[in-house]
Amino acid sequence: MTGTSTTTDMSTTLAGVRFPNPVFTASGCAAAGQELQQFFDVASLGGVVTKSIMLAARSGRATPRMAETPSGMLNSIGLQGPGIDAFLEKDLAWLHGKGARAVVSIAGGSVEDYATLASRLRGHDGIAMVEVNISCPNVESRGEVFACDPRAASAVVSAVRKNVAPGIPVFAKLSPDVTDIALIARSCVDAGADGLSLINTLLGMVIDTDTMRPKLAGVTGGLSGPAIRPVAVRCTWQVHQALPDVPILGMGGIRTGLDALELLLAGASAVSVGTTVFNDPTAPVRILRELQQALADRGIERLSDVVGLAHRPLDPPQPTVPTGPIGDLLPEEVEA
Amino acid sequence: MPLQVQGEVLSIRRVGAYQAMTVVAPGIPELTRPGHFVALAVGGPESSMLLRRSFAVYDVKDRGVYGGTVEFVFAVHGKGTEWLSRRQPRDPIDIVGPLGKPFRLPKTAVNATLVGGGYGSAPLLPLATVLRERGCRVDVVLGAGSADRLFGQLEAKRMSDSIAITTDDGTAGTRGRVSDVLPGVLDKAKTDVVYACGPMPMLRAVSDLCAERGIPCQVAVEEAMACGIGVCMTCVLPVIGEDGLTRMVRSCVEGPVFLGDRVRWDDVGTVPADAVGAPRS
Repeated sequence: MTGTSTTTDMSTTLAGVRFPNPVFTASGCAAAGQELQQFFDVASLGGVVTKSIMLAARSGRATPRMAETPSGMLNSIGLQGPGIDAFLEKDLAWLHGKGARAVVSIAGGSVEDYATLASRLRGHDGIAMVEVNISCPNVESRGEVFACDPRAASAVVSAVRKNVAPGIPVFAKLSPDVTDIALIARSCVDAGADGLSLINTLLGMVIDTDTMRPKLAGVTGGLSGPAIRPVAVRCTWQVHQALPDVPILGMGGIRTGLDALELLLAGASAVSVGTTVFNDPTAPVRILRELQQALADRGIERLSDVVGLAHRPLDPPQPTVPTGPIGDLLPEEVEA
Repeated sequence: MPLQVQGEVLSIRRVGAYQAMTVVAPGIPELTRPGHFVALAVGGPESSMLLRRSFAVYDVKDRGVYGGTVEFVFAVHGKGTEWLSRRQPRDPIDIVGPLGKPFRLPKTAVNATLVGGGYGSAPLLPLATVLRERGCRVDVVLGAGSADRLFGQLEAKRMSDSIAITTDDGTAGTRGRVSDVLPGVLDKAKTDVVYACGPMPMLRAVSDLCAERGIPCQVAVEEAMACGIGVCMTCVLPVIGEDGLTRMVRSCVEGPVFLGDRVRWDDVGTVPADAVGAPRS
């Protein structure tokens, strides 16, 4: 479709904070933006979601940490990072200096860790949002993924919300590995989450048929990439249906502008591009361009008009039975 | 500063057990130094293989009839390299480079010994050229499993003061490993500095031999990478920093070239208990 003169307003609002466009990086897939800056200006994105930061420096897990899977990959990094102090001093300061909107992802081993991390963010410029990673599958105690238990998720979110400066939205990042994601989502929102990031990786595993052992040193890992996109669409759909007023940052396997549009239609107000960056370092800006074109092609003037649009009621049935060839094909009576 | 280029295959040729591919990739050659690598997307835009395949740069031409070209050598190991091996001239290919830190060069004319395992010799050949231009003595040791897995021995012979070849099966040169012949070469050539590229066990053996003799040694490591640009954190290995502390560092951006005595060879594949941020148990 060409020849359209529609210029779509690509801005989006997440819990009262306006972003110039809806394409963000995804936590753990863009470090803190500096490496990608070599390929495009990270300030041109809606936001840069930084790799989940913990209180102390962390070495992460042993190698191999990664295995390629069909249209995806499995990773078991284990939240390697420099710790909150170095992050604030170097990474956040750098992002702020570039004019990028930082979405700071935090991860901890206890409710107190999260509360401390949240309070450490106070007074630092350049933080547009906080994403609470309560769903990393690669922490030591996998049985204690906060996002798999509504009470634990609620405790963490509540502690973070109390300690993050008012006016900075707190988004809880949820795991798809639960029976009822809307239930967890509701717990987080009741605990004060301003929005939800959906979805984190799915727990998976690959066995090497040559060595006949698990391929990852960490045995299991998080599955990401286009392979999980339908799961992301489903989770976004279910949560938006249950909580239509809660903003969603949608992610999971977005590779093209149309993939991004699909998540917006399911109910996301913005999207994160993750694993695709490993394949194509300029993917976030390409996806933004493709999304803008896709919206223009559909004659859509405001991005916000497509958020959750797939939930609209079906078109009303035609008032009269069609006549002519189609009408002739209708059965005269319903057979039992 | 790396570039992402929508390049085009200029040629692909078989060299023994390997393939050498030349890609027209304007802008990349001018920036490339020996030891740099490139990362290629495989399988086309709809590919189910998302991870880039990384290869050390063998040769670059910054001007030519077709514009700048980059040549690299690879072995067919899996579906991604198999796809690469089936490319034809003029096929489009997405290439990112140059990536990583290249070999550091001596400021004076020293005696350099270059040790390559398999197609690990590919980045050493352009290094030999640069070292020769600087007046260095260059001695080369190449090793492989068998004769067809040696790469660049004629070229190496032409540009070196001496060459030693080893193969595991004795089909070329001395039967054995490069570490069997390296001590003799180091002594004879009065080696001041060693550069090595090849499989991890070989790099470890070379590093150990150099450490025993107090010869500085730079190694270009091969670690599995997903992105090649420093964002995925999969290609880490334990390396001792200037401050004496061990960190899990990314071989794609802090390497692939490391000082051999800085790599914790015993601990590669693990997180040493004394590494910065290691789990407390």
